[in-house]
Amino acid sequence: MLNGYRILDLSDDKGLFCGKLLADMGAEVVKVERPGGDPARMIGPFYQDDPHPGKSLFWFAFCQGKQGVTLNLEEQRGRDLLKNLAAKADAVIESFPIGYLDSIGVGYDALTEVNPTLVYTTVTPFGTTGPYKDYKGPDIVAMAMSGYMSLCGDTDRAPVRDSFPIAYPIAGTEAAAGTVMALFHRGRTGKGQRVDASAQQSSVSLSANAPAFQDINQRRLRRSGQFRGELLAAIPERQVWPCKDGFICFAIYGGATGARVNQALVDWMDSEGMADEFLRGIDWKALDMSTVTREWMEPVEDRLGAFFLTHTKNEMLQGALERRLILLPVYDMTDIINDPQLQSRGYWMDVEHPELGRSITYPGAFIQSRPTPVQPGKRAPMVGEHNREVYGGWLGLTVDEIDALKQQGVI
Amino acid sequence: MSGIFDGIKVADFTHFGIGPMTGRYLADHGATVVHVESATRPDSVRTSPPFRDGAVGLNRGGFFASLNTSKMGLSLNLKTERGVELAKKLAAWADVVVENFAPGVMVRMGLGYDDIIKVNPALVMISLTNLGQTGPYAGHPGTGTVAQAVAGLVHGMGWPDRGPVTPFGAIPDFVAPYFGALAVSAALDQRRRTGKGQYIDLSQFEISSWLIAPVILDRIANDREAVRMGNRDPHFTPHGAFPCQGDDRWLTIACTTDAEWQSLCQIMGRPELASDPSFATLKARQDNEDELERTISTWTRERSAHDTMHLLQRAGVPAGVVEDMAEIYQDPQLEHRQHFPLVDHPEIGPHRPQGHGVRFSETPSEIKRAPLVGEHNEEVIRGLLGLSEEEYVNLALERVIE
Repeated sequence: MLNGYRILDLSDDKGLFCGKLLADMGAEVVKVERPGGDPARMIGPFYQDDPHPGKSLFWFAFCQGKQGVTLNLEEQRGRDLLKNLAAKADAVIESFPIGYLDSIGVGYDALTEVNPTLVYTTVTPFGTTGPYKDYKGPDIVAMAMSGYMSLCGDTDRAPVRDSFPIAYPIAGTEAAAGTVMALFHRGRTGKGQRVDASAQQSSVSLSANAPAFQDINQRRLRRSGQFRGELLAAIPERQVWPCKDGFICFAIYGGATGARVNQALVDWMDSEGMADEFLRGIDWKALDMSTVTREWMEPVEDRLGAFFLTHTKNEMLQGALERRLILLPVYDMTDIINDPQLQSRGYWMDVEHPELGRSITYPGAFIQSRPTPVQPGKRAPMVGEHNREVYGGWLGLTVDEIDALKQQGVI
Repeated sequence: MSGIFDGIKVADFTHFGIGPMTGRYLADHGATVVHVESATRPDSVRTSPPFRDGAVGLNRGGFFASLNTSKMGLSLNLKTERGVELAKKLAAWADVVVENFAPGVMVRMGLGYDDIIKVNPALVMISLTNLGQTGPYAGHPGTGTVAQAVAGLVHGMGWPDRGPVTPFGAIPDFVAPYFGALAVSAALDQRRRTGKGQYIDLSQFEISSWLIAPVILDRIANDREAVRMGNRDPHFTPHGAFPCQGDDRWLTIACTTDAEWQSLCQIMGRPELASDPSFATLKARQDNEDELERTISTWTRERSAHDTMHLLQRAGVPAGVVEDMAEIYQDPQLEHRQHFPLVDHPEIGPHRPQGHGVRFSETPSEIKRAPLVGEHNEEVIRGLLGLSEEEYVNLALERVIE
């Protein structure tokens, strides 16, 4: 869908996913890294735990499909080359500390001087303006400052973030959306602009209706462990339940859906002799989640919980599929890669890694689309792998000129 | 032209979180978005709390109001033949159709992509579901709250000595719209350049797996199963939330380099720790993480969370207060970024829905209040679809619109 666009990716770990998504959609994305390799190449986990710049799985995942060039921005000639590249690009993505690129003469003002219609995207912890703009914001800090972390975790311990960091993939996705929106606008008006993504802001929406509770009812929702705060009910209700070999997610709903699902679950329990008179006698249609009490809910939860403990994750999944229960197991990574739904949709793709002498299976297209499919590309680039293609193809430099730049430490 | 999507027409057959928020992304950036529901079968979020003054009412819900900003409201009874007929007119009118019904529902109404493109060949359509339009589980009903379970996001949240906890809300419900906005924008741009439309099948399961792709690759390439670690991190130490002065106050601190750790030692007034062999390297700090966390907690416990954050950040140490829901409305950064714009709603009154995570220098988002049920029926049916006054009155009398 983005065929024909040229994107310069100057970002570090914070912005890499943005360019990756654009490459998946057909844009030509060139990752610009310092001679010797980008610091993000040293972010783990590593292939076979070998901390080598050509073996970072983080880099593999978030630079797939990009071309890679080296460029020394500490050198004036490197900065000139960047301007020449920017003159040929449709968009630039960067995530440097605010003001760094300006300070070396290749910031927004300098690049738009050579390319007035450039789309200039930044992915930063707090955005490029405001009192916290220079604050550092790794994943846990962004999650904390977005408010989302205050809603997650056991009540007797500290709030928690997800152990698998998602703040920058989320911000990178919104930045990718913003970049394409700006390209669309440019296509219609001829005007470029700045696209300023903030990880703190991108994650505020994860808090679902909790901000609205605060805003219009002055009610401050808090974390409640395996229970879910007042998403659709007046009380916290259990969302994560232990089963025989792990955990499942399920919540009791009210309304027509709730009546159907709850009854189907009770019927299942009944067929295995695990629904007593109390449970069988509940009129689910009369359940009003806006007035339900903990006292009513507890004996119900006790019975469901006892039933779940008699079944494995897979049995619960199969039972839920047969009965159309809004219930799914808590998958670990092994479960995810073995899942029949993803497999049947052809989600996984094999990516060749000639340097490792093998291919590695990756998650595939993030959407299925037609007539234009999203097609993730080749493995992430090695250091300077596409210097000749890009400096030659974009700027018309000869092989000799490129080799000379390399010898002089410019690229 | 002020908005990015000025002039773009969107038929928004959505409910709950994922669909409405996708349509909202277009609406807040200039598109004309018609949200379709009915009074007897309203968007289910309209019946969900919070309600202004706690009084239940279809037009009083704060969650709906924040998920459907800047849209027009059409209340159409899709259980009637003429209601479906009108929906088809709307789909024919639209540049973009957004829907998040269970797979097959739109097709059964004759509103599937392959039906609509017969009359509207350049249509861009996106369907957002839990698990995708195809595959053995495609028909399975669900919400983001269970999609995040199969997507691995629940497995990762909580402490290693306990079971996982619930990620509040439903992470994929609120992230999928960013992927949706990306896909729709790219399709619209392709359409601008080639005249061709696009159908997009988005699965929450699939987009969520990309968020944690390095962890999945670790399992595939290294055969290592991921574990939840509370707030610790395999690559950085210290890394956690530390108790501060007051009730349930926490400050996150994460040292991503040895230099940041050395600065933290200076600020804590414990410079000797920086060279202490028990803490000097990442490996040593990981080996002694319990003791390290106790030491930091002893220091933070009697301190103000905010003051300590500023002190650390000014010394280059990453730190952030775990802001609660009241604090995000007072956060000077979010305020500077105008993240919670004020709108006035006829039944809810003044309230502050969320803005977006991306700011555009030339085309800022413009967030207007959400519609009441059926608020724009006449404007849509007569104004946008061009039906006559008589036809409109008949539709109302027959309760096709309600």
